[in-house]
Amino acid sequence: MITRLNVASIYVLDKEEALDFYVNKLGLEKGNDVRQGEYRWLTVRVPGQDGIEVSLEQPGAPLHDEATAEQLRDLITKGALGGLVFITDDARGLYETLQERGVTDFTQEPIEHFYGTDMGLRDPFGNPIRILQQGKAAEKATA
Amino acid sequence: MSRETEDLNRRLLRARDAMDRAYAEPLDVRVVAAVAFLSEAHFSRSFRATFGETPHHYLQRRRVERSMFLLRETDRSITDICFDVGFSSLGTFSRTFREIVGESPTEYRQGHGPLEAPNCFQMMAMRPLRAAGSARHLSSSGEAISAAAP
Repeated sequence: MITRLNVASIYVLDKEEALDFYVNKLGLEKGNDVRQGEYRWLTVRVPGQDGIEVSLEQPGAPLHDEATAEQLRDLITKGALGGLVFITDDARGLYETLQERGVTDFTQEPIEHFYGTDMGLRDPFGNPIRILQQGKAAEKATA
Repeated sequence: MSRETEDLNRRLLRARDAMDRAYAEPLDVRVVAAVAFLSEAHFSRSFRATFGETPHHYLQRRRVERSMFLLRETDRSITDICFDVGFSSLGTFSRTFREIVGESPTEYRQGHGPLEAPNCFQMMAMRPLRAAGSARHLSSSGEAISAAAP
């Protein structure tokens, strides 16, 4: 039987640019980076977390013919494809840090809800990202 | 050709996000068009071609969606909610609300109670079906909405 999720994928326009964003700006770490002929198997993951990796897929050969690739790129840049949801231990602190690292495409600044504090942003290509700090803000205050 | 389209899409999306962030404020199309590095006319045309509705209608719809949330989840008066979400007249709000949602704000509030679900899920699940004006079966992102009434 299935024991866990291993890899989820998102579509990006350029793997190198995606790597720079997800590692240097968002703070993930590179997972796999293996060239298999024309294809580059590239993943990122949350540092220190065993298990789920996010594979960065790029429209085009060898996976897609050019017409399909063009359709995908159109959808990516309209923000219409799936994104990622992350958990953080400090939403407001992370918001500051992301801005310091040069992230500007925020769709929603940190807002408190009954379930925690969340924020929204996009990667350079248009994919939506949500980041959530669970629990009431007051409970998370540390010494 | 394709690269220009992608670039334009991304800039229009950025402008759309800017509208979402400032939804409660009066819309200045020139300012939003500038986010996309476009003239006002070019921006409106391109936005409609890409997202299926004009910037103005998109913003009205987002304000109405926000008001639906407030009607369900809070006890604020309809008048207060009207101004909270960026409408400047109760008449315009009520009319726009009814056009988009299919019933008046009062009727909507009576028919819906609070929803215990994460905000992002609520935003998706509670989108009005009559999203993009006369294009009744499409949302602003171009997704087909499964036929509602038989």
